[in-house]
Amino acid sequence: MSPSVPLQEMIRAIRSARTQCEERGVIQRECAAIRAQFRNTDNEGRSHNLAKLLYVHMLGYPAHFGQMECVRMIASPRYSDKRVGYLGAMMLLDEKQDASLLITNSIKNDLSHSNQYVQSLALCTLACMGSAEMCRDLAPEIDRLLRSSNSYIKKKAALCAVHIVRKVRELGELFVPSARSLLSEKNHGVLHGAVVLITQLCEQSPETLERFRKTVPDLVQIMKGLVISGYSPDHDVAGVSDPFLQVRILRLLRILGRHNEAASDAMNDLLAQVATNTDSTKTVGNAVLYETVLTVLDIKSESGLRVLAVNILGRFLLNNDRNIRYIAMTSLQKIVVTDHIAVQRHRGTIVDCLKDQDASVKRRALELSLALVSASNIRSTMKELLIFLSSCPPELRAHAASGIFNAAERYAPSQRWHIDTILHVLTTAGADVRDETVPNLIQLITNTSELHCYTVHKLYRALLTDISQQPLVQVACWCIGEYGDLLLKGECQETEAVQVTEDDVLDALEIVLQSHMSTPTTRGFALTATMKLSTRIIDNVDRIRSVVSIYGSCIDVELQQRAVEYNALFKKYDHMRAAVLERMPVIQKNSVGQTNGEVGEETVKESQAAKVAQKEMALPPQPAGQVCDLLDLLGGSQEPLQPSSSLGGAASTQPTTAGGDLLDLLGGLEPTPPTPAPAVTVYEKNGVTLTISCEQQSDSGLTVTLTASNSSDSDISGFTLQAAVPKSVQLQMRAPSRDSLPANGAAKLTQLVILNNPNKVNLKMRIRVSYTSQGSAVQDMVQVDSFPGIGAAGL
Amino acid sequence: MLHFLLLFSRQGKLRLQKWFVPISDREKKKVIRDMMMLVLPRQPRTSNFLHWKDLKIVYKRYASLYFCTGLAEQDNELLALEVLHRYVELLDKYFGNVCELDIIFNFEKAYFILDEFLMAGEILETSKFAVNLSMEQADTLQETMEEYMSKPAY
Repeated sequence: MSPSVPLQEMIRAIRSARTQCEERGVIQRECAAIRAQFRNTDNEGRSHNLAKLLYVHMLGYPAHFGQMECVRMIASPRYSDKRVGYLGAMMLLDEKQDASLLITNSIKNDLSHSNQYVQSLALCTLACMGSAEMCRDLAPEIDRLLRSSNSYIKKKAALCAVHIVRKVRELGELFVPSARSLLSEKNHGVLHGAVVLITQLCEQSPETLERFRKTVPDLVQIMKGLVISGYSPDHDVAGVSDPFLQVRILRLLRILGRHNEAASDAMNDLLAQVATNTDSTKTVGNAVLYETVLTVLDIKSESGLRVLAVNILGRFLLNNDRNIRYIAMTSLQKIVVTDHIAVQRHRGTIVDCLKDQDASVKRRALELSLALVSASNIRSTMKELLIFLSSCPPELRAHAASGIFNAAERYAPSQRWHIDTILHVLTTAGADVRDETVPNLIQLITNTSELHCYTVHKLYRALLTDISQQPLVQVACWCIGEYGDLLLKGECQETEAVQVTEDDVLDALEIVLQSHMSTPTTRGFALTATMKLSTRIIDNVDRIRSVVSIYGSCIDVELQQRAVEYNALFKKYDHMRAAVLERMPVIQKNSVGQTNGEVGEETVKESQAAKVAQKEMALPPQPAGQVCDLLDLLGGSQEPLQPSSSLGGAASTQPTTAGGDLLDLLGGLEPTPPTPAPAVTVYEKNGVTLTISCEQQSDSGLTVTLTASNSSDSDISGFTLQAAVPKSVQLQMRAPSRDSLPANGAAKLTQLVILNNPNKVNLKMRIRVSYTSQGSAVQDMVQVDSFPGIGAAGL
Repeated sequence: MLHFLLLFSRQGKLRLQKWFVPISDREKKKVIRDMMMLVLPRQPRTSNFLHWKDLKIVYKRYASLYFCTGLAEQDNELLALEVLHRYVELLDKYFGNVCELDIIFNFEKAYFILDEFLMAGEILETSKFAVNLSMEQADTLQETMEEYMSKPAY
């Protein structure tokens, strides 16, 4: 081979340029020279010019002016011109360029050239950048070449056919007969091409797949020949005879044996033989084994073979080569659902891989470990996962944390273990957990009432050590606010109690409030907690008052809103404060979308803070105590209460949530919607009258309006209504129009209740009335069994 | 099926690019940039397999050159390592102890060898000897033709 001197000189010149600018200068000069020479039709040195241009193109500079030169070179009779011309075509032209059509004719001519190397150039170029039209034009030619006697051409034609079939699916039919006959070739190159072609045809068309199923015995025969054949210098790679062909045949067998018992049976023995005989010390042998395993797991193999395959994967897991461990885990991931027990056997190795250096291996190990968690191994797996979490790369933290939460939720052996695990995660990876973790954890804590003392002590300690992890701080503040009295009592069964004074607790909360590390949400939590403590501590109420009033002029609108409303709670509504700030009830686990007293009131606050921004008036919040009492209300019956949304919102002790209802209230302050149905009096005692009327909104929705009036001589204050309905019915109570009933019917009180009865059960409602009259509190209950305006068969 | 094969140096200079799927020039540049960004910072003892978009990326470093290829989902990564190794062996046999400079100054020959080994993203010839033989014969043809035309070799 004679090197092209002009080309090499140019390359040397470019490489010796010291700066980018210099290089650009050299290249511009050269390109100008090349362009000039292209215009010159002289035959000499044309291929070298094009080669120079291709080099420049590879460096990243524009070279489109060379496209026509490529076309001309391809048409030239000289082989060296053609060689470079076709190379240029493959590099500069693609199917989107117009110039590519111009070479179709040249390719067609060259496909029938007498010299096989010219033919091969044409085939190669067609397979590289042939467009759909070109493929359609030249497909018959390719088919003819597939039948030629020259192996060199046959193998190239086979892969060219693969390209054609990928571009134009319908032409697949054309190649089926030739493909079939190629399988009897001896030449490995041709055989390989044939197998690839058949694989492509089968993947594209199920009917063709059916037809090629008959070839399974032939393929098995070829494979056997390869596996047991002796050393053949031509094809041997590290002791394996033609691994490339073996892998391709295995892949074709996989496609043919899928979902087909007969084919799978035919290849069973062969697969077992390959799996046991292949030498697995080198990568090459492992490549073949890998393909075998994939095939075994994909076809309908017998269980013994499957166990063999999984064992091979297990061996891979112990391999020193990182690549092999990686692919073993990828494959195990695919089968962990179907062959769970088999994979469980290797759980120990997989969990060990969590400690690997490589990030991709770690990721795979994490996914697989999470998939293998079960009730029996939860404790040990979780230990490993928590160790992993503390040292894992940052991009995997969120995934690991959420995986741990899921696993803990499904398989937690005890509540305390569950809470401990979550706390551990929050302390190690707190910044990366998802948003719904906080409300979920709060709900979990509320539900384990026996561990409140333990939880609050642990959280207090965690808060003292570190206030940078926001979710942890939020949960800790919430707990201290709720269960501060347990903390101050200073005794706890499960853990060593921490002796704190009220000042210490308030200090801790204030640090959170003032810290620059706290997000606005966290500060909101801290402020609420401080407020809640006002009913749970004895001495430092004044301190709380001052904190609250300071934040009344805070820049953050949300905090200011809260502080102003808490201030109001201290001043105007002090009589309600105790009731408002009572303990939270057990939160019902509801599906997303329902607002009935679940999902941290904090999230409800966030969404409504915007709405409330313009409202200053603090709506008197429904006493939270009512919610607890409602549960008593159902003491006898089996009808669980659906706390009303306004109650649930208000139970968060945040008047802001009532702000959301404020909007509804404003809607309700309009003249009450005319009730076509008559109002029915359901309760009448001591001058207090309660009437209800109903309106059917939709197939299962019903609006009930409760109206109360006072015909006695004395004013009634603190008038509240509570309602309970059967289990499947959903209830939503709107805020009442007022909370006092002046004497002698001077004003009426209305309250809307929205009911949803999807299961169309018999609708009943229990209503409790409570009010204060003449200094004494009165409570009464009434049951409504029939609703006016609803037909008996109706709701 | 291989989607592409790239050779680049440790300094990020591209030495060879072969595309087996039709994509625009801009896309090609983006892929090259992405590959360099993914592969060059890798530590020496990490695995050779990566995941990028919907492709599996297999790369191997030989002296100062990175050989990088993108595979489809169902392809065998270990075999791709063997493919890369086979290509290096072919280059080595052809140039005699190949080094990066050989590939720089004779890039068109590197392409010709690649075209004898791979086609349409699949392996064309599994035998080393057959590939070397066809390269030799094609080169002879080139020289013979040139002599026949009695024009100087350059």
